[in-house]
Amino acid sequence: MEKICNQLKLELLSKPENIGLARLTVASFAAQLDFTLNEIEELRVVVSEAVSNAVLHGYAQKEGMVRIEATLYPGKLELVVEDQGVGMEDVDQAREPAYTTSPERMGLGFTFIESFMDRVEIQSQPGQGTRVWMEKSPEGKEPEV
Amino acid sequence: MTVEVTEHGSSIVVEISGELDLFTAPAFRERVDRALSADGPRNLVLELSQLSFVDSSGLGAILGRYKVVTQLGGRMILVCPQPQVQRIFALSGLFKIMDPAQNVDQALQMVQGG
Repeated sequence: MEKICNQLKLELLSKPENIGLARLTVASFAAQLDFTLNEIEELRVVVSEAVSNAVLHGYAQKEGMVRIEATLYPGKLELVVEDQGVGMEDVDQAREPAYTTSPERMGLGFTFIESFMDRVEIQSQPGQGTRVWMEKSPEGKEPEV
Repeated sequence: MTVEVTEHGSSIVVEISGELDLFTAPAFRERVDRALSADGPRNLVLELSQLSFVDSSGLGAILGRYKVVTQLGGRMILVCPQPQVQRIFALSGLFKIMDPAQNVDQALQMVQGG
């Protein structure tokens, strides 16, 4: 077991007005590691994208809880965003750049997540919800093993 | 987020302050679309210096306005995003289709000249 330095668990109703609160909270928490300002900005975008996906797609039909878990290990942040919503049949398709379900959207959510995080894993099944697992270390720092 | 719209002949200047995301995008969209029309202003100058955050939902709303402006035969110019916002715009590729300007005056000259 890796040593946990600190941990945050946050559950929010899937309302768009909660997305700003989620990114602010996670960014403030992540600032306990030596992230640069640019990296903190990237984390804000990542949280925004992952929570927006849960609100917009996971809980498109009915509201539910979005669960966010941020864990600080020596030299790295682990971030999990999950919902119990509709899930996705084809995760690979959703990860493709410019894949979108709406003309007013750009399909860049997962592209930003994958650009800004070191590791990303997505688990999803129709009717079972979606779990996005991510990891990021401050620039130039390898996580301590 | 606040949206200020001012009319300059065939153009509107839209100043966005704050954060543009899934929550705030609908108000931005509604406010801008209301100010544009085929027989009125059809050029859009988007002043971004006070925009502190944008994500793909916000970019989608901006791209949507670009489509509206293009359909009206107008032009859209982006003015002066902050560095962190500029980076997201650059990654999205929006600068490939929307022209940047240094300030609002230059942007208005660009749309009126073109």
